[in-house]
Amino acid sequence: MIKVLYFARLREELKTESEELALDASTADIIALKLKLSARGDIWSDIFAGDETVMAALNQEVAKPDDKLKDGDEVAFFPPVTGG
Amino acid sequence: MMKEIRVQFETLDPYKEIDTLRADNKAIGAVVNFIGLMRDFNEGDSVSQMSLEHYPGMTEKALEKIVDEASQRWELLGVRVIHRVGDLDPLDPIVLVAVASAHRGEAFKACEFIIDFLKTRAPFWKKETTADGSRWVDARHTDDEAEARWQS
Repeated sequence: MIKVLYFARLREELKTESEELALDASTADIIALKLKLSARGDIWSDIFAGDETVMAALNQEVAKPDDKLKDGDEVAFFPPVTGG
Repeated sequence: MMKEIRVQFETLDPYKEIDTLRADNKAIGAVVNFIGLMRDFNEGDSVSQMSLEHYPGMTEKALEKIVDEASQRWELLGVRVIHRVGDLDPLDPIVLVAVASAHRGEAFKACEFIIDFLKTRAPFWKKETTADGSRWVDARHTDDEAEARWQS
């Protein structure tokens, strides 16, 4: 299993704070996971296959699209940050 | 080097933090601070309130990494980075970056470096309340440019 978290605008628009997904070919790396999420359609495809910038973190570090996922990983998706 | 990194819901008193940073260290010859404050306007609209969200765990890690990099680049005697989350009103301090060193040059550079990277790397998100309701604040292109200056 992997844990997926959503923050800020994404959490609100997707009406989802976190979920657990099985680890398989459709969640093998960050890019596969984004494809899987966008295939849910509606707002999910607007966000994960649209023009908006979506940032990804893997185990609380900035992730690259081809980062591989393993059991117990924590992935997070969020908009560009606006602190400070 | 004395390092303190905190994310807090409580009101931030930057001057108390700065006093603690420099207390009893006779080697400190310079302290440079950046205090980010909540404004009552943004993008042409008046803003009455702000709410700050973060990614607990990742935020602290990201800030640690930025401060560690700054302390490798410059000789520093102390750093405090305190960031508010939760509900804020205009005039409230949002963030303090305070850097102590023997001479001013190091502290000036490190302070600006830390806030520039915090702006683009630390997972905080602002939501502001205007007369038309609440809206998420968009990231600024100028913040990416400010960060890019340090890459050379």
